[in-house]
Amino acid sequence: MYHSKILVTLRQSILDPQGKAVEHGVHSLGYDSVRNVRIGKFVELNVDASSREEAEKITREVSEKLLANPVMEDFSITVEEKK
Amino acid sequence: MALKFGIVVFPGSNCDHDAHYVAETILGQEARLIWHKESSVGDVDVVILPGGFSYGDYLRCGALARFSPIMKDVVRYANNGGVVFGICNGFQVLVEAGLLPGVLLRNDSLKFVCKYVHLRVEKAGTHFTSLCRKGEVLEIPIAHGDGNYFTDSETLKRLEDKDQIVFRYCDRSGSVTAGANPNGSISNIAGIINEQGNVMGMMPHPERASDPVLHHTDGRKVFDSIVESLVNHSQLV
Repeated sequence: MYHSKILVTLRQSILDPQGKAVEHGVHSLGYDSVRNVRIGKFVELNVDASSREEAEKITREVSEKLLANPVMEDFSITVEEKK
Repeated sequence: MALKFGIVVFPGSNCDHDAHYVAETILGQEARLIWHKESSVGDVDVVILPGGFSYGDYLRCGALARFSPIMKDVVRYANNGGVVFGICNGFQVLVEAGLLPGVLLRNDSLKFVCKYVHLRVEKAGTHFTSLCRKGEVLEIPIAHGDGNYFTDSETLKRLEDKDQIVFRYCDRSGSVTAGANPNGSISNIAGIINEQGNVMGMMPHPERASDPVLHHTDGRKVFDSIVESLVNHSQLV
């Protein structure tokens, strides 16, 4: 069994109004040094696979086909064997 | 001869009955609701993907509805030239399904916007605007939190070059201005059509402006256009 973590982020070219709103909130807390707040999504899932390569392949496919929309989002994955 | 409208019902659709009512009662055509688990749209002449919050807008608006069993047949139907009309959430489903380009992002205001807006008809003579004039202004309501149409500049140029932008948000006089843009959509886009001209998506709700009892009937032009183009030009599929 493998455990995958997928980070889905808005592409840099996409304006992130949610991130902007949170940044304003951070600034009103007094943390003026904080910049470029961007909101993304975190997905974790288990894959029943016989090898890490297979688990990575499946995680990547799922991310490309469903978890992220390539028009507006990028994603990165990490896969670890689950003990 | 009456046209057959098929309105797909996803879990979370909430404008399905409005669309059905307009097709059947206002237009006097045949209409039937198609549950998303059905595998075929059947012998309908028009498929409507209605507004609402399919699958609770989980993950991304429209992203999960795209995997409903019926969508395989909707894609097949569209690829065979069938007329498909996505309204609001239906538009979001169409872009997620790859039947239309681009994506609908969170409104730039981050607010759910529910109000009447003005739309300028940018492309007349489609199945959906056969009774409209280019430049005509329609007053139709919007009700969405994620209607901010976006696409990369290359795709936008292609949409413009191929004349696929059907509606733009404008002011009362028909000027397309930043102030008339309710959600931050690129180039004030409110509705687009595919290259073949049989699939259109729009964020505004014409079905909510079709019954005279609501005092706004501009939306009916869009539905009347469908009937006109399919019945009188015998482009039945």
